[in-house]
Amino acid sequence: MTIMGPGAESQLSQFGVLTEAPPAEGEGGVLTATKPRSALRRGWEVFAENRLALVGVGVVVFMVLFCFVGPLIYRTNQINTNLQLATCRPGGAHLLGCDEVGYDQLGRLMVGGQTSLEVGIAAALVAVLFGTLYGAVSGFAGGFIDSFLMRIVDAGLSIPYIMVVIILSVIFHPSPIIMIFLIAAFYWLGVARLVRGETLTLRTREYVQAVKVIGGRDIRAVVRHVVPNAIGTIVVQATFAVADSILILAGLGFLGVGVQPPATDWGSMLSNGLTYMQGGNYWWLIYPPGILIIVTCIAINFIGDALRDAFETRLQRR
Amino acid sequence: MIGYLIRRILQMLIVLFFVTVFTLFLVHLFPGGPIRALLGPRATVEQVAYFNKLYGFDQPFYVQYGKWVWQLLHGNLGYSPKLNQTVTGLIAQDLPKTIVLVGLGTLVSLVFGIPLGMYQAVKRYTVSDYVLTGISFLGYATPTFFFALLLVEWFAVDSHIFPPFAPQGSSVGQVLSQPRALVLPVIAYAFLLYALWSRYMRSSVMDNLVQDYVRTARAKGASERRVLWGHIFRNSLTAIVTLLGLSLPTLVAGAIFIEVVFNYPGMGLAFYNAALNVDYQTLLGFTVLATLATIVGNLLADVSYAVLDPRVRYT
Repeated sequence: MTIMGPGAESQLSQFGVLTEAPPAEGEGGVLTATKPRSALRRGWEVFAENRLALVGVGVVVFMVLFCFVGPLIYRTNQINTNLQLATCRPGGAHLLGCDEVGYDQLGRLMVGGQTSLEVGIAAALVAVLFGTLYGAVSGFAGGFIDSFLMRIVDAGLSIPYIMVVIILSVIFHPSPIIMIFLIAAFYWLGVARLVRGETLTLRTREYVQAVKVIGGRDIRAVVRHVVPNAIGTIVVQATFAVADSILILAGLGFLGVGVQPPATDWGSMLSNGLTYMQGGNYWWLIYPPGILIIVTCIAINFIGDALRDAFETRLQRR
Repeated sequence: MIGYLIRRILQMLIVLFFVTVFTLFLVHLFPGGPIRALLGPRATVEQVAYFNKLYGFDQPFYVQYGKWVWQLLHGNLGYSPKLNQTVTGLIAQDLPKTIVLVGLGTLVSLVFGIPLGMYQAVKRYTVSDYVLTGISFLGYATPTFFFALLLVEWFAVDSHIFPPFAPQGSSVGQVLSQPRALVLPVIAYAFLLYALWSRYMRSSVMDNLVQDYVRTARAKGASERRVLWGHIFRNSLTAIVTLLGLSLPTLVAGAIFIEVVFNYPGMGLAFYNAALNVDYQTLLGFTVLATLATIVGNLLADVSYAVLDPRVRYT
């Protein structure tokens, strides 16, 4: 069974792949080890050809370093406010000035970025993991179970998500952890529907049918065969989910129902800064968080687009 | 077709059931219950108990649900104690203004998004395609409120071309009588959607360009203009019609942000204020209405897709 597992497309070029790819370490059989890796490698070639995608990866890596390693190098006091320093101009000890309560703005961007990235990535992970399992089970089960599970998804998708997220944010005064689940609670729906559609086509394939024939349990067919073959759709969705989550979090920050002080995120910083827009030239409060959000989201979208191409097998074997 | 419609409407009713149960459940999540949230922390236990009885919150959930749905079916969406107004009255007052904003914004975004998306597909992988792609990526990645406030900064504060706030007034007529004030909200709203249509149109036209019917049309000597507008345009538009029906949640979200930024007196702003004031009857009523609109939009999208594209079979 494992021979057939890793990817429908890898079967097609099976023979060429087997002769040239070396076996990977830590895996049992030669066949199982080489095939997924070569599929990945061919995907990577398409991905790497896309210069925008490489720029995107570079930007995301930079942002992660900036937010998580940056504070170790550029040390600032992000615990105590200091109103004497409020809105101080950039320069000297404060490279990007200070915000409205006297936090160093550059250091604040790092702290806020941690929240934005953490919430974005975690919400995407939760949503995609749950949505994938739900969609795969629903599509694989079929019949009444499928109808029932999908009506729930329909219902969720018909409620304008922003309304419910606003209501829930007002109720819970969310911490970043709650925010992750609030965003994921709606994002998984779309993923579930997509994966279910994919599963419907996958479950009639011979290698999935074969699991049933040799007496494998359904759960094995779903986890080992259906989900790995839908991985392209899933990964692409996960990538876009990160960018969308960052934007949703920013929007909630603007409405004042996002993460609450002393925690902050780029969106909350941006909306705090925007209140200074008409009161003089406070560009360091407005443009840096805005530009960081935009640049990060564009970079993630570049990566998502390139991944979609990379998983598109028609593009792989040109 | 009839059978398909009946099945779709039955599904719609089941979905509506789930949605209404969920939204009513949401109200019970308010800390201390909806009445405590409404009366505030200084209300006595007796007062809360009195109003709980008055509004029926002391009864089991299924009784509350039954009564609420019965009222909904009679067109009674509840009463807002904060605004001293029925929710239906509130909707009657605000919905037309929101429709003006959403309608104009969507129209402007389509007028730019569709032709530019086609242009990109025809001129694919050229500099102009990349520039336009860059703009739509910006549209995706810019928070709506940030773009809207930048517009205010550039065109209202710095250069005084347009007023910084939306038209004020309680009727559609008053809103429409201040066209200059409408410009910025509509542009901000349209930019949000532009990216959606143009990206979709681009890939849809590119898919259609390689179809057999295009080759046939060219082989028969149709001009490139006729191929593009007579054949590809119509077929790509099918996808946009569907997308339009499915994107109602996006339209609603956009309306909330734009209305809050510009203080536009529509349903989005009213909903936001209701959320901050824990005006749960308004929240319930608006959410149910928006959901109903989305469900009907989805249904119309599916039906129009089936009608517009004869290749779709009703199974």
